Amino acid sequence: MSSNSFAYSEQSGGGEATELGQEATSTISPSGAFGLFSSDLKKNEDLKQMLESNKDSAKLDAMKRIVGMIAKGKNASELFPAVVKNVASKNIEIKKLVYVYLVRYAEEQQDLALLSISTFQRALKDPNQLIRASALRVLSSIRVPIIVPIMMLAIKEASADLSPYVRKNAAHAIQKLYSLDPEQKEMLIEVIEKLLKDKSTLVAGSVVMAFEEVCPDRIDLIHKNYRKLCNLLVDVEEWGQVVIIHMLTRYARTQFVSPWKEEDGLEDDEKNFYDSDDDQKEKTDKRKKSYTMDPDHRLLIRNTKPLLQSRNAAVVMAVAQLYWHISPKSEVGIISKSLVRLLRSNREVQYIVLQNIATMSIQRKGMFEPYLKSFYVRSTDPTMIKTLKLEILTNLANEANISTLLREFQTYVKSQDKEFAAATIQTIGRCATNISEVTDTCLNGLVCLLSNRDEIVVAESVVVIKKLLQMQPAQHGEIIKHMAKLLDSITVPVARASILWLIGENCERVPKIAPDVLRKMAKGFTSEDDLVKLQILNLGAKLYLTNSKQTKLLTQYILNLGKYDQNYDIRDRTRFIRQLIVPNEKSGALSKYAKKIFLAQKPAPLLESPFKDRDHFQLGTLSHTLNTKATGYLELSNWPEVAPDPSVRNVEVIELAKEWTPAGKAKKENPAKKFYSESEEEEDSSDSSSDSDSESGSASGEQEEEGDSSDDSSEDSSSEHKSDSESASEVGNKRTAKRNSKSKRKRDSEDGENENEKSKTSDSSNADSSSIEDSSSDSESESESESESESRKVTKEKENKTKQNINPLTKDVSLLDLDDFNPVSTPVALPTPALSPSLIADLEGLNLSTTSSVITKEVRLKSSEEKSRKTFKDYNPHIMVSTPVFVPVKTHVLLHRMSGKGLAAHYFFPRQPCIFGDKMVSVQITLNNTTDRKIENIHVGGKRLPVGMQMHVFNTIESLEPEGSITVSMGIDFCDSTQTASFQLCTKDDCFNVNIQPPVGELLLPVAMSEKDFKKEQVIKKNA
Amino acid sequence: MIHSLFLINSSGDIFLEKHWKSVVSRSVCDYFFEAQERATEAENVPPVIPTPHHYLLSVYRHKIFFVAVIQTEVPPLFVIEFLHRVVDTFQDYFGVCSEPVIKDNVVVVYEVLEEMLDNGFPLATESNILKELIKPPTILRTVVNTITGSTITAEIQGVIDACVKLTGMPDLTLSFMNPRLLDDVSFHPCVRFKRWESERILSFIPPDGNFRLLSYHVSAQNLVAIPVYVKHNISFRDSSSLGRFEITVGPKQTMGKTIEGVIVTSQMPKGVLNMSLTPSQGTHTFDPVTKMLSWDVGKINPQKLPSLKGTMSLQAGASKPDENPTINLQFKIQQLAISGLKVNRLDMYGEKYKPFKGIKYMTKAGKFQVRT
Repeated sequence: MSSNSFAYSEQSGGGEATELGQEATSTISPSGAFGLFSSDLKKNEDLKQMLESNKDSAKLDAMKRIVGMIAKGKNASELFPAVVKNVASKNIEIKKLVYVYLVRYAEEQQDLALLSISTFQRALKDPNQLIRASALRVLSSIRVPIIVPIMMLAIKEASADLSPYVRKNAAHAIQKLYSLDPEQKEMLIEVIEKLLKDKSTLVAGSVVMAFEEVCPDRIDLIHKNYRKLCNLLVDVEEWGQVVIIHMLTRYARTQFVSPWKEEDGLEDDEKNFYDSDDDQKEKTDKRKKSYTMDPDHRLLIRNTKPLLQSRNAAVVMAVAQLYWHISPKSEVGIISKSLVRLLRSNREVQYIVLQNIATMSIQRKGMFEPYLKSFYVRSTDPTMIKTLKLEILTNLANEANISTLLREFQTYVKSQDKEFAAATIQTIGRCATNISEVTDTCLNGLVCLLSNRDEIVVAESVVVIKKLLQMQPAQHGEIIKHMAKLLDSITVPVARASILWLIGENCERVPKIAPDVLRKMAKGFTSEDDLVKLQILNLGAKLYLTNSKQTKLLTQYILNLGKYDQNYDIRDRTRFIRQLIVPNEKSGALSKYAKKIFLAQKPAPLLESPFKDRDHFQLGTLSHTLNTKATGYLELSNWPEVAPDPSVRNVEVIELAKEWTPAGKAKKENPAKKFYSESEEEEDSSDSSSDSDSESGSASGEQEEEGDSSDDSSEDSSSEHKSDSESASEVGNKRTAKRNSKSKRKRDSEDGENENEKSKTSDSSNADSSSIEDSSSDSESESESESESESRKVTKEKENKTKQNINPLTKDVSLLDLDDFNPVSTPVALPTPALSPSLIADLEGLNLSTTSSVITKEVRLKSSEEKSRKTFKDYNPHIMVSTPVFVPVKTHVLLHRMSGKGLAAHYFFPRQPCIFGDKMVSVQITLNNTTDRKIENIHVGGKRLPVGMQMHVFNTIESLEPEGSITVSMGIDFCDSTQTASFQLCTKDDCFNVNIQPPVGELLLPVAMSEKDFKKEQVIKKNA
Repeated sequence: MIHSLFLINSSGDIFLEKHWKSVVSRSVCDYFFEAQERATEAENVPPVIPTPHHYLLSVYRHKIFFVAVIQTEVPPLFVIEFLHRVVDTFQDYFGVCSEPVIKDNVVVVYEVLEEMLDNGFPLATESNILKELIKPPTILRTVVNTITGSTITAEIQGVIDACVKLTGMPDLTLSFMNPRLLDDVSFHPCVRFKRWESERILSFIPPDGNFRLLSYHVSAQNLVAIPVYVKHNISFRDSSSLGRFEITVGPKQTMGKTIEGVIVTSQMPKGVLNMSLTPSQGTHTFDPVTKMLSWDVGKINPQKLPSLKGTMSLQAGASKPDENPTINLQFKIQQLAISGLKVNRLDMYGEKYKPFKGIKYMTKAGKFQVRT
């Protein structure tokens, strides 16, 4: 029914009628029809007036009415200029509705839509995250090609926002921009790459969605984030879970080897199983032995399991299909229960789930057999659900349960829903062919149905019986006779045609009946359905060939009738048969073979499930439901023969090495920050919060939301997110861009041209907006000057930086000597990096952030950190020594107070470059006086060191007060071995023997090096 | 993802449209109308309809079709589940979800839809978050600290619905006397799954307002006794134009609780022209067009069992129907969870005040059918 007819039927509705009429016409010609209705014109006039009034209430009223018009699908584009003026309204309610309007009509009114852009640009910098987010949303939803650069800029900026909600919106905006201008793809992929690194659960789903839409083939972007995504999955919002799970399914199929043993591969079939000969078994045995599951593969399977309990059907289905496609066959079983649970949901959910179960149950009966009764049909089920359930029941039928099922089917046959009853009969037929034990039972049952009063049931039974008999001809003469009798009563053409065909095929088995049937049929030939006529012709031909004595005349009579039939198919068939069977002088070579042609053994029809070949579609997809490839369907690849390098998913080593390089680009950001932060304290705190966020990813959401209040600092620190992946100049660009400044051009960058263009457009749009909004120009100029000064500072910073970079690089011992190592008061305290005082001053911000993030480090980082250390000996100029990522606070007992007569000594490894020599390991010793008198003259006495080992002792301590403690540094060259350094710790009166034995890890030096260098070194070391 | 949404009433009129990307002409719904005509009954309209350029995914609830327009591959359940969530949200906002209500609140509806999806991808679908963004039209908020869980069992599947009105960030734990009964469960996202796995305790920080905490299924092994029985005697005779009809409903193992709200419905065969029946209690109707018999019984008094007796007049000459009609039964039992599930205790951590706690058990018939 169309809306047109509805509109007319409502004409009597009085005042409402014109509106409805207009609605109807507007669907036909959306733009043109408007002016025709004077009343509407008037109406809009008054809306315009309301929008232009000073009262917010009037404006709000007008907007509400306009939104009502949009909702009904009426055209309100004429009001665009009046509405767009209110985009900057202070009233949030009005604003929201204006946004709704803009998103709907901006595409049609591009020029006017530009008027609103500056408002959004301003809102993008609002301290309130919700406002920033909504501004980004609307800005990106306005489908106006001219603002593409602005959108790009806004997205880039928002992707580094401190608020995860804004970042989520940025991820959404990526897809919008991509559909508006696919040429931005490369840039957008960069943003996606960055957002994929995001640790917030809020962002994960949206960015994966963007990934799927923009660059689903860039599977390489996932590697580094794979484990993180797996671990976050449970906490991601439900819609995101669905998208991520589908993506990871695809990922797993490209990155891991098949966990399936040969014999039950996807194409399994028991046939395959039973037929498998010895060769194949051997092969599978081999594979079985060699297969071990990649831990990452296991991780995915394990982490998705809890989601089977989700209340969201889509999530459950997504997990189910993941298990189906990537888990070992033995584990797939756990999904059945959850899928069966979904069957208690709505009709639509049932429909999709049943379809998927139908596909699964063909391959793996066992999975759903325990739930057989869940698929019993209820009389209230819609027909489509009924037929699907029937389909599944058929798939599940086996020798054990068939009798129960057949009893159930008997009930269904009696159903009032005849379509369903017919489907049930088909089902019985399929069961009969699949399970040979019951073929006869089924056949008998079906024959009984032949006496059913309902014609549809009978007809369907006939058709099914025909198929069954075809499979096992011979012995069923009785049934054929019975069916021949039915011809007198049954009227459904398909059934009649089936019976005739059956008799024709078996005419030699029922030699008496067949000619009689033909006789009856000849009598009523003209009144039969076309379908039946064709079969009468066939029957005649077959009888003519086998029993021409009795039927020759009859057949010729029928052929004559057929010759003058109205249907050309029948005339055609008649001509064909006549030529073929009736010998005459013209008849060609073929007529010799007529008998062979007509009475050839015909292959029995295969009764198989319509879901048989659906399994090549990924389960749970639209394509699977439709059984055709939907637009944008991504093929699930086959398992690779050999797994691609699993190390690509290792993250920590590389990331950390980058992050902890003092010379790394990442750090360049920090000094620049100082200039904009209101107070250093605040900066530091936000630093650490953002750092810890990107590191640990725990509880980041709350922190960040709080951080919003101080916009400046938050923006600054948030830019650290992107820092490690981008060059400094790019970062600089971004900053300036953020300020809408022209100074951008000064900076040269890789994409200088592009950037210039952007700044131009943003300038021009700024100019546009300033003509309307006086206030905006003010803020513009302000920000401009600010950013100019900023740029200067940034360059200065750069120079500073490069200077600094050299220092830790070369690592002059002389520089280090300047540093007086104040003995640290307690061994627990974290050490400051051993750098020159001037450097320390310069890098204050850096150090603070480093240490603060060190605190948040967990022990898990230790191993990776140790990996990145190298032995002192390996130290060479192109290796950059980095500060340790993690310093254990664990101390070791050197001398217990009981055995030391009150003098206790502990030592620990501060993991700093040793100041006494570059081959030495720093050791800090803390001495405690637990007695009640002074201990004097503490020093190192006799050393008993293995060959080659060297030790730089601490200076003699004159005296140690009671309850006092002192920390001293030593350097020991352990010669890269874990041999014990034994020496004596002496006081004025006593000497104690003590030992230091280093753990291997403490002999390593943390360095940062590129992967290439690492490999080079590795080769050298191996060969050495 | 979701491109557009059309709301269509049962007379085939599009009364609301919303687009999240470029506007899709409403003529795309013609394909839907075609399918609707073919399906004869609303229930039979396929939930997924392919058209040349789009795919239409729909759900049918409250006599309204919610038709989503999709352009590319997407898990169909994703869209269907979302559409159901939209309906739930409307219900939550307006109490009922019907055409007039949606039309009356079109602005709120539009704002809600705007927040629920961004570029076709779900943004905020939790009702408590939405309510913070957009106020429901009538503000009915009582500031009482209450928690009520009502356990409703239908056959052997049930749900725990919670109504939480607690300030702050209360951390609740709910434990059962007999958690082993629960065979299969699905949770609201707020429930900590790990705790359930290890201790069989529901630990969660609840959202505000009404939500479904848990749906569960009690395994068929400890199948619960069905609390009602139906005695029936329905007979058609071939030659006669009169048939006999008699049904009696009685209680069975209800632990002394009353069975109430009993409604018996049955779809009579086409051949039945009319029925003249006398109920021992309650009221009954028979619609000669749809052939639907409905008998509102009310409470069952075990001393005097309700019955419905009488005759059916059948179409003359028509043969006897093959199948006797199925009888559908609805009923409720207050203060009894037929599954035997019992809540042990509910504790609150993280907040200082003392909450009001309450629990209501209820048994409700799901799809209770008697084949005659």
